[in-house]
Amino acid sequence: MEQWDVTIIGAGVVGAAAARELSRYCLRICVLEKELDVAMGNSSRNTGMLHAGFTYKPGSLKAECAVEGNKEFDQVARELGVPFKRTGKLVVGFTEHDRENILKYKAVGEQNGVEGMRMIDQEEIRRIDPHAGGEFAMFVPSSGILDPMEYTIALAENACQNGVSFFFGREVTAIHRDEQENRYLVEAGGETISTKWVINCAGTFASQISAMLGYPNYPVKGFKGEYFVLDKKAGAFLKVPVYPAPNDKGGFSTHATPTVDGNVLVGPDSYVTEEWEDYKVTKEHMDGLFRDGKKMFEQMKREYFIRNFAGIRWKRYDPETGEILDFKLEADPAKPNTVNLVGIESPGVTCALPLGRRAAAIVAEREQAKKNPKFDPIRPAPKRFYQMSHEEQEMAIKQNPDYGEIVCRCETVTRAEILRAIHNPLSVHTVTGIKNRTRATMGRCQGGYCETRITEMIEEELGIKPEDVRYSRKGSYMFTGPVRRTEEALEAEKHEEAEKGGEA
Amino acid sequence: MLREFTCIMCPQGCDIQVEVKEGKVVSISGNKCPRGKEYVTQEVVNPMRNIATSVLVEGGELPLASVRLTRPIPKDRIFDVMNEIKKVSLPAPVKEGQIVIPNVLGLGSDVMITKTVDKA
Amino acid sequence: MRQVEAVIIGGGPAGLAAAIELYHKGVTDILILEREKKLGGILRQCIHDGFGLTRFGETLSGPEYASRFVRQVQELKIPYMTDTTVLEITPEKKVYASSSQGMIVLQAKAVILAMGCREKTRGAISIPGTRPSGVYTAGVAQAYINLKNKMVGKNVVILGSGDIGMIMARRMTLEGAKVLGVFEVQPYPSGLPRNVEQCLNDYHIPLYLSHTVTEIRGRDRLESVVISQVDESFAPIPGTQKEYPCDTLILSVGLIPENELTWMTGALADQQTRGAAVDEHYQTTVEGIFAAGNVLHVHDLVDFVSMEAEALADSAARYIKEGALPACPLAVKGDQNVGQLTPSRISGQGDVQISFRVRKPMKGCTIQLVQGDRVIKSVVKPKALPAEMIQIPLKAQAFVGKEDLEVRVVC
Repeated sequence: MEQWDVTIIGAGVVGAAAARELSRYCLRICVLEKELDVAMGNSSRNTGMLHAGFTYKPGSLKAECAVEGNKEFDQVARELGVPFKRTGKLVVGFTEHDRENILKYKAVGEQNGVEGMRMIDQEEIRRIDPHAGGEFAMFVPSSGILDPMEYTIALAENACQNGVSFFFGREVTAIHRDEQENRYLVEAGGETISTKWVINCAGTFASQISAMLGYPNYPVKGFKGEYFVLDKKAGAFLKVPVYPAPNDKGGFSTHATPTVDGNVLVGPDSYVTEEWEDYKVTKEHMDGLFRDGKKMFEQMKREYFIRNFAGIRWKRYDPETGEILDFKLEADPAKPNTVNLVGIESPGVTCALPLGRRAAAIVAEREQAKKNPKFDPIRPAPKRFYQMSHEEQEMAIKQNPDYGEIVCRCETVTRAEILRAIHNPLSVHTVTGIKNRTRATMGRCQGGYCETRITEMIEEELGIKPEDVRYSRKGSYMFTGPVRRTEEALEAEKHEEAEKGGEA
Repeated sequence: MLREFTCIMCPQGCDIQVEVKEGKVVSISGNKCPRGKEYVTQEVVNPMRNIATSVLVEGGELPLASVRLTRPIPKDRIFDVMNEIKKVSLPAPVKEGQIVIPNVLGLGSDVMITKTVDKA
Repeated sequence: MRQVEAVIIGGGPAGLAAAIELYHKGVTDILILEREKKLGGILRQCIHDGFGLTRFGETLSGPEYASRFVRQVQELKIPYMTDTTVLEITPEKKVYASSSQGMIVLQAKAVILAMGCREKTRGAISIPGTRPSGVYTAGVAQAYINLKNKMVGKNVVILGSGDIGMIMARRMTLEGAKVLGVFEVQPYPSGLPRNVEQCLNDYHIPLYLSHTVTEIRGRDRLESVVISQVDESFAPIPGTQKEYPCDTLILSVGLIPENELTWMTGALADQQTRGAAVDEHYQTTVEGIFAAGNVLHVHDLVDFVSMEAEALADSAARYIKEGALPACPLAVKGDQNVGQLTPSRISGQGDVQISFRVRKPMKGCTIQLVQGDRVIKSVVKPKALPAEMIQIPLKAQAFVGKEDLEVRVVC
């Protein structure tokens, strides 16, 4: 049985951040993930905002972590090579009621330690973004935009580089406590591992894992939101995230946010769902987003539609009062050697490292863990071809001719970049994994040109059969077999089938 | 009996009306060219079609070479001919125009390569 | 930086035909840039027959049609580079391209845009549901099946009755898949009648008009689609939903001219075709930059793509030799029945080819070309379908004045 000091359950942004922060210490650490890649749940299903922290209750863990995570992010982005822009954010208002709500949250923000927020007039709004609406606005300079998938990948790769092992396709189904040995036996994906510590970063399923560890099965409520992704052509009309004034509860209705890569996200809306992984998009809500989105962003046009997606914020709440509760981070000595994180939702991306750091500190302190002398906070991330000048492109091709072959036309992704992604440190082999690492297939043709090439490269590089290529999840095969088989292949298949029949 | 056909000989897709008596064509109208007449006459007696598919190529720059038939075959023999084509496997190179099955199933039509595939 | 008289972007049917015609017109300093390994473009995967009837008077498969042009290019020794992707074209006609040999920078006298088109995707038409594998555009499925020897599924639903969708219905049936039906949101087929006949009817594949996919289901691989009937405004009719278990959904829901490079040059778009606005010389709003084929407007037949590119080449050759082309001050406009109209400007002094599609199926109509209030040409059409591109040649002598040209379809 494999022996670990620390086992992290879940490779979302929080699990990846915890892994990265723990890798600063001399510990044997592994991460168990039920999906085939990191960030397959809500870590990738959000707006990609680095939040400032002006809507969260003063004194809450949410507020504390958001402000901390926001302040340190320039350095984090540099260390991990994550595309990030500190764009600031406009919270625009039209009415006196809007002004009251904005001022209310400005005061909250100030209490939380958010710096530099200021009220501005229409003229200054136009200077910041000529396309933004609003009579007046609050400008929040510390807000920013990042790629949450790339961020999670970067955290995980940096953790991996510093010695953490990642296991994909391993869903945790049971956890047993061995008091005598002071260890946990974790059943995952048909195998059992032994670990001293368990850190619950299971995101959507955090309450279930919480119960397995002996903590309460905390009630959570799913607030689902749908999004439109718009073409980069629309991105030319939006430089800064523009949010409407918050409502009385501090929520924002549909808004438009530029992504760090130049697209625009319109959404999310918000409605309650009962299903754990209810990521389907619906006509009703797409129609609603189209209608409301146009009010905030005039370039919300059908010709710019690229894709839709949905995410769910699983909020912890009090079943008696219905009150939404703060993030839960606990390490009860009665459940020895556990750290339990439940109800981590928005602003989870902003808070991931502060939460991971707190979890790591608990383990490190109790274990009196030594610092990992080989820890390197830098994740190598070569400049992307499409961001290079023509001179830099020329140099890159000279050094590696694979840079000259453009595989994804819409996003200008080269063969060199696809190959690097296929051989990623986490050994993720899905088409979606390559997409999230390179942006190939993310453009307006959605892989119409490059997907056939990418699947072929995966097969060639990894020596796998077309039938074994996966789109994103375990059962998401792309091909049912060859159109024409060689005689040997036909013979081999017959043989294989006969053997299967024999076993039965 | 009056039967209606959509001509498939060219993209115009004429709607052609044919009067048929005891399996024989009595009159034809709606066609814009003689090919339409030919088509419906054949269609009434014995519909004929061409098919396009691929054969396996081993050691080529592509795994498949496309093929078609040099002349149409009876519609109801399409899947029989497909079964014959599926058995073909050729070493690269193959050349456009190369006949891979002459007179397939004795139907008077050849299976012909339509794309040159060079050695890898 | 290398100087070239004519740089052709794209080595598909439009680019190849333009190159050959330019050569015949005396322009031999040509360079074709093709991103794929081979010349021929999308025709390489269109293995079905039916190409070339107009251009060559015989019916060929796509690869054969392409190879006729490729052979000529090779015989004439017209220079081309494959595996070369153009990254940027400037308004000054500087072309930047990338290949594994390095970056290529060219200064062209004329740039010929022949990039073709791309398929509309699921996202572009916002199909609700989950995101499993097994949802392919028809062209991608065609590439997997005809080029890569990979079968994409066994139980297939096809959304959209575009020609490629119907052709893939037949193709997959021949390879042993079960095609449950072709569903079309419009009340008429989008593709040509002969494809309804020989691709669907021949194989007993049902075609459902005024139907669409209202939900995609499945977590990992596609498990089923929900189909609903739609009303006149394409809204799903409640209560008509029916679930079809399937592992594959093929989308054939339209093509869009691939113009990302075009817009870099500053050329203006035609709001209807979504391709570049061109004049009767196929010149865009940027002097010396020309466009023809599917990059300009989506054609029904490749024969017309080749012929349009040849017409472009005649003008481009003249431009290269004379340094300018006659001005085109007259606008071309269509009535409410006319879509996809090109060109958008004409000189009123030269022969022109007017191309368009009707917006809905029409019977017994007359096409009128009108200047001011005078009908300068009229053509009777017993049947006009949106699937078919209508082309009306107009002689220079036909023009009667300096007024704009209007295209009308009257019933």
